[in-house]
Amino acid sequence: MSLTATVKAEGLDLAATGAWTAERASELEKIVDDMARRYGETRYVDIDLSGLERLDTFGAWLIERLNRSFVARGSTTRILNLSDSDRSLFEEVRLVNRTTDESEVEPRPNAIVAGLDQIGRAMSDIGRSLVLLAHLLGALTMVTLRIIAHPSRLRLTSTVHHLEKVGLNAVPIIVLSTLLIGAILAQQGIFRFRQFGAEAYVVEMVTVLVLREIGVLLVCVLVAGRSGSAYTAELGSMKMREEIDALRTMGLDPVEVLILPRIIAIVIAVPLLTFIGVIAALYGAGLVCWLYSDMSPTIYLERLREAIWPPSFAVGMIKAPFMALVIGLVACVEGFAVDGSAASLGMKTTASVVKSIFLVIVFDGFFAMFFATIGM
Amino acid sequence: MASNQSVISVRDLVVSFGGANILNHVDLDVFRGEILGFVGGSGAGKSVLMRTIIGLIPKQEGSIAVLGTDLSAVSDEQRRKTEQRWGVLFQQGALFSSLTALQNVQFPMREYLKLSPRLMDEIALAKLEMVGLKADVRKKYPSELSGGMIKRVALARALALDPEIVFLDEPTSGLDPIGAAEFDELIQTLQQTLGLSVFMVTHDLDSLHAICTRIAVLSEGRVITAGPIDAMLASEHPWLKSYFRGKRGRLVRH
Repeated sequence: MSLTATVKAEGLDLAATGAWTAERASELEKIVDDMARRYGETRYVDIDLSGLERLDTFGAWLIERLNRSFVARGSTTRILNLSDSDRSLFEEVRLVNRTTDESEVEPRPNAIVAGLDQIGRAMSDIGRSLVLLAHLLGALTMVTLRIIAHPSRLRLTSTVHHLEKVGLNAVPIIVLSTLLIGAILAQQGIFRFRQFGAEAYVVEMVTVLVLREIGVLLVCVLVAGRSGSAYTAELGSMKMREEIDALRTMGLDPVEVLILPRIIAIVIAVPLLTFIGVIAALYGAGLVCWLYSDMSPTIYLERLREAIWPPSFAVGMIKAPFMALVIGLVACVEGFAVDGSAASLGMKTTASVVKSIFLVIVFDGFFAMFFATIGM
Repeated sequence: MASNQSVISVRDLVVSFGGANILNHVDLDVFRGEILGFVGGSGAGKSVLMRTIIGLIPKQEGSIAVLGTDLSAVSDEQRRKTEQRWGVLFQQGALFSSLTALQNVQFPMREYLKLSPRLMDEIALAKLEMVGLKADVRKKYPSELSGGMIKRVALARALALDPEIVFLDEPTSGLDPIGAAEFDELIQTLQQTLGLSVFMVTHDLDSLHAICTRIAVLSEGRVITAGPIDAMLASEHPWLKSYFRGKRGRLVRH
């Protein structure tokens, strides 16, 4: 495999020999570019291919590229002794890569413009997804009203199925996580409060935190990661395989068939899980108080009874279904926004979890202001 | 055109799923430089044979030699070397959805050859043009391409390493008659320019008439006959008769 050059009075003779194939392409490219650079200013160039043993598209293209680089600099070229078997391949290659399109040279915008551009796009994306959320909420309300008018249209089997997946199957992980968080809060509280001799108030602190905030937030984060992502992935892959379009053509409303059962399931499951989570967290806190602070379970329960103010419990439980609705809606909107590619399914599933957790926290903030105002 | 050198030779092949023999002692040869059309009823095991040859399905008995190497008997490295010498066009294209058309074609090159980015761009673009696509598809993702374009990009990817054998799984299914005829023509042109041997699973009677040098027929787990289209048309085998001379067959013949 080589290319030998013979300089003659009236021009240049190039002779290609050996196998010009894909495996050698990178070496051949160097040889070809080198040749073109070295003999750039030649009037006549003959490329002799009689010594070629094998030629494939890669080799043919490199010879053509050599040829074109001479032509571009004003040389007259001839290709000699092309074998019959390679002729058609060569003719094919002569036609390709002729179009020089301007889109190739995209001017890179400067960093500031690119940054602004990205911020603008992100903002309009946020706006669009809020509109989609509102849209789905509206559709869901319509469907709910329709179901209330004709209760038999509710897909009970599907709802119960999702309830099992979102609710029942999540109990172990929820109990474990909240138990640990309760224990950790109590432990940290004991260490800090001990300095003021106020260890007894740990129970008060843990109770307020868990009942009002931590219980419901932790459950929501877990549910968003566990079930929100599953909703998005399920609906997304159904969208990719045109199953949702199939439903529509059969006269069925995807919101009624797919989304409503999922939303009902999550709205029922999250408050129940929150309740279980709160109990588990208080149990964990009790264990730690017993181990670290020698507070006997009887005394812990006594203090707990004093510390639990019913409205605190209500605050946590009232928030739960709204948070669930947010998670469910975001998950379904993202699922329906999946388009053809596998990458977009992954992106939307990520977006579903990130957005729902973020929105849950934002809503928690609004709730905190609201409950403070009404004195709960 | 077909010299008698066989590039794929399948001997006494048995493939079974769950105890049922899908392929029952199959013998088949594909010769250098031919386009072999492989037909058979739906579910007869055509795709199974193709997938067994390319190593996606394990075989129970028999031997398969591709380009003179028995793939089950050689080292992994040698196996990969042989695999570089064939290209596969899957029925749905099987383009990587996260890569653009150009990146899809470059994928095998990137894996196996050490090329400069410029050469890789040029060759990939050349391949896309050779399968009849315009340069502007190169930045599109598979989800933005039509069915016919996906098949063309997938063909370009199958041809990326300049293989000697190309396996085509129902290349014209899902294309309109005009698109299918163009695709047939494309396969024939490429076969001639690149000197390919083509193994084509198909149901398309037009393709069989138009471009196949030889046709092999799979029925009840065996290759019942193999030969040129005229032999098929002349055959008195009941299945062949209904396949080639049934209502749809008659429409095509002239």
